[in-house]
Amino acid sequence: MAEPQTQSSTVYAPAYSPGREAWSMFIRNRSAIVGLVLLTAVLIITLVCPFFYAVDPFDIVWGPFSPPGDGPEIPLGSDFVGRDVLAGIIHGGHATLAVGASAALLTITIGIAIGSAAGFYGGVVDELLMRVTEFFQVLPALLFAMVLVSLFSQSLTTIAIAIGVVSWPSVARLTRGEFLRLKELEYVKAARAIGSGNGRIMLRVILPNALPPLIVSATLTIGVAILFEAGLSFLGLGDPNVMSWGLMIGANRDFIIDAWWAVTFPGFAIFITVLSVSLIGDGLTDALNPKLRER
Amino acid sequence: MKVISTVAKRLGYAFVLVLAVVVLNFMLIQLAPGDAALTIAGEMGGATQEILDDIRREYGLDKSLPEQLYVYMTRMLSGDLGDSLFFNSPVLDLILDRLAPTILLVTCALVLSVVIGTLLGILAARNPGGLFSSVVTVFSLVGYSAPVFWTGIMLLIVFSALIPLFPLSGMIDISKDASGIGYALDVLHHLALPAFTLSIIFLAQYSRISRASMLDVMGADYIRTARAKGLAEGSVTYKHALRNAVLPVITLAGLQFGGMLSGAVLVETVFNWPGLGQLAFESILRRDHPTVLGILFFASFMVIVANLLTDLTYRIIDPRIGTGANH
Repeated sequence: MAEPQTQSSTVYAPAYSPGREAWSMFIRNRSAIVGLVLLTAVLIITLVCPFFYAVDPFDIVWGPFSPPGDGPEIPLGSDFVGRDVLAGIIHGGHATLAVGASAALLTITIGIAIGSAAGFYGGVVDELLMRVTEFFQVLPALLFAMVLVSLFSQSLTTIAIAIGVVSWPSVARLTRGEFLRLKELEYVKAARAIGSGNGRIMLRVILPNALPPLIVSATLTIGVAILFEAGLSFLGLGDPNVMSWGLMIGANRDFIIDAWWAVTFPGFAIFITVLSVSLIGDGLTDALNPKLRER
Repeated sequence: MKVISTVAKRLGYAFVLVLAVVVLNFMLIQLAPGDAALTIAGEMGGATQEILDDIRREYGLDKSLPEQLYVYMTRMLSGDLGDSLFFNSPVLDLILDRLAPTILLVTCALVLSVVIGTLLGILAARNPGGLFSSVVTVFSLVGYSAPVFWTGIMLLIVFSALIPLFPLSGMIDISKDASGIGYALDVLHHLALPAFTLSIIFLAQYSRISRASMLDVMGADYIRTARAKGLAEGSVTYKHALRNAVLPVITLAGLQFGGMLSGAVLVETVFNWPGLGQLAFESILRRDHPTVLGILFFASFMVIVANLLTDLTYRIIDPRIGTGANH
């Protein structure tokens, strides 16, 4: 890291890097810890447990509408056709997390690319890119994603792309704001003075310094993307061959009175996953904000 | 004069956005796999060769792309959003039929979330470190993290199935055949749960924003002045601070209209609320593309109008804006 390391080095003891300082701030934050613990639990359940609980979530293993604990094979009950709800929870997280993570990555990539170009170049480029951004903000996001998925294909890839295409504007605006602010600072001028090109200045000088708010935004974007995927799957627009939490709720939604457990548990899984990410995002906001750190 | 030119400029810009949505719809039809005529007809609409030929002729699908775009644009802008083969009726009629329930749902949810959210935010801001403030923070976090369709289902299980306070679905009770005030009350009874469900996500954001904004304003000099001249705390909070703290809330409310429409799709599906969202959902399952694309266009149009109105309202409330040359 040969880049100028923000202004903080003049204020704080040089023994700590800003990254370490943010980390120590982060782990002292109670909500961030809760978020980390929850996220770890979710990751263990969805990534590790499938190896130990091999029941196919599409298989009919029991009578329909059996409440939790009706038999040792179905601790969380069975749904309206007799599929194991626990198997759905354990195996259904894959799709949600995979789509959520890749959609978030796409959102951040598009958002940073457009926002940094707009903020850095300014003028006509900025005007044009911001108009495009505003246009995408006008489209009702879920509706647009629904149209994309229904016109093209109902695959996980299309869903991830659809979510990315509708979610990037807020990241672009944030990035643009940071670039507008940072490009006027001395160290950027210094980098220019020693002959750095635009690409180098954008990627290696400004972007690392614009990262703190972008990291927070990225975290929250994962939560939004997961909710999006869940919503699309709930509407039956997810991949019908892949079990997901949203799909479980959508499939059982006509039987909420006969089998409350079949809609409650998958929704709770989505809720906990998004909550963990939001808590981590909140913790990061505090940890990465130097103003709060001084207190 | 400046006001008129500002309004004209905003109107012109809104019109360009509408055009852009039309172009987007056109591109979607072109890019969708398969024949454009089939996409326009809708795969499951049972389109005969005759109908497809009609569509090709009407939309000029044998001509060049720019010509096709021109034909499509003039049709859309004259209010012809195509025909739904499933319902055998113009898409615009279908949309207008379903518009009122959605507007009712979205408006009620918006008002609920703005009013309750702002109140919670103000109360939390009066004692930022207190218990109430933490409760509001936790509540907003939960509201933001729970998927809206699941919240709706949970409310249905508790308040319709376990404790039968509210109806399970729909907008009216057909068996009642009420009219006048009885009808309105029936609709309100059906509206309560879906409107509350939809408001929860946004309530969280409003309470956060108004809390932050209120804390910000409460630290301003003029608030200290108001206190120094001996005004009661209630008067300081509600007369002086609230007026200034509410600006970001209004901006957010206007910009959130699109988000509300997206949420409405899910909430209407859960509660079988006969609005645009439910129509969109059903039409997608039926591969009724003209209806789906028509709803996308119409919903975007509503968002554009809502943004325009927010922008103008904002200028009226805060006279400082709009005097700059760039606005």
